[in-house]
Amino acid sequence: MPINYYIFLSLALFSIGIVGVLTRRNAIIIFMCIELMLNAVNLMLVAFSKMHYKAAVMAGDATTTAGTDGQLFVFFIMVVAAAEVSVGLAIIVMMYRNIHSVDVNFLNRLKH
Amino acid sequence: MSITQILFWFLSVVALFSALMVITNKNPVYSVLWLIATFFAISGHYILLNAQFLAIVNIIVYAGAIMVLFLFVIMLMNLNKETEPQKNRWLKMAGAVAGGCLLLVLVAALKDTDIKQQQALVNEGGIGLIKSLGKELFTTYVVPFEISSILFLSAMVGAVVIGKKE
Repeated sequence: MPINYYIFLSLALFSIGIVGVLTRRNAIIIFMCIELMLNAVNLMLVAFSKMHYKAAVMAGDATTTAGTDGQLFVFFIMVVAAAEVSVGLAIIVMMYRNIHSVDVNFLNRLKH
Repeated sequence: MSITQILFWFLSVVALFSALMVITNKNPVYSVLWLIATFFAISGHYILLNAQFLAIVNIIVYAGAIMVLFLFVIMLMNLNKETEPQKNRWLKMAGAVAGGCLLLVLVAALKDTDIKQQQALVNEGGIGLIKSLGKELFTTYVVPFEISSILFLSAMVGAVVIGKKE
């Protein structure tokens, strides 16, 4: 597949995530849109990793491991995202317990 | 049109449509379910790129663990359509226009890049399999791997400390 298609698909997914963050006020939906953006970036990294692998194979190196780093990077992004979600959802639960709402507009002064 | 291309377009349409449903749905529970559909479509893309390890990890970690966590929190708070906070219409429109402008600028900037002629290898190439990734992970990247376990421990402690009632 041409790398262009993957770039545009990832950009579209990323922009949908941005629009979600800008237009919604529910903290959980905003958090989900951040996950969507992370996934768009992951898709782009995997596509680029396969692109570099193909370039290395075309250059004559049949047993190359070019592009492995990109996929491991995606793995570490997933690891960090899992840790981030657990802490972020704990913060949202605490916020709901204090102000009985998940509306981000009530949190704009970082105190209640 | 080969089967690979058909699959690519099908998965792309599914991913974009479910991503749009995530941000347009009023009910947060439906948003979570559509986001799971998006993650499955992205996993399909990984399989198409022969990155099978990442496809499985994406399903297990994202669709399995993270989204279940989201679903539990939403059900714990008893959120539904009626309690959904709404922005006013103009702010929503401004957000959509800003996101659209960003998409326009990025597409315009990236459509004539040097790598335009290059192809991503689909359906073949063994770098995405567990064998090669595992070898690399436990030799070159063993220190970041161990550090990520400490990150998980601290995240777990942090979540418990933040989440407990005082």
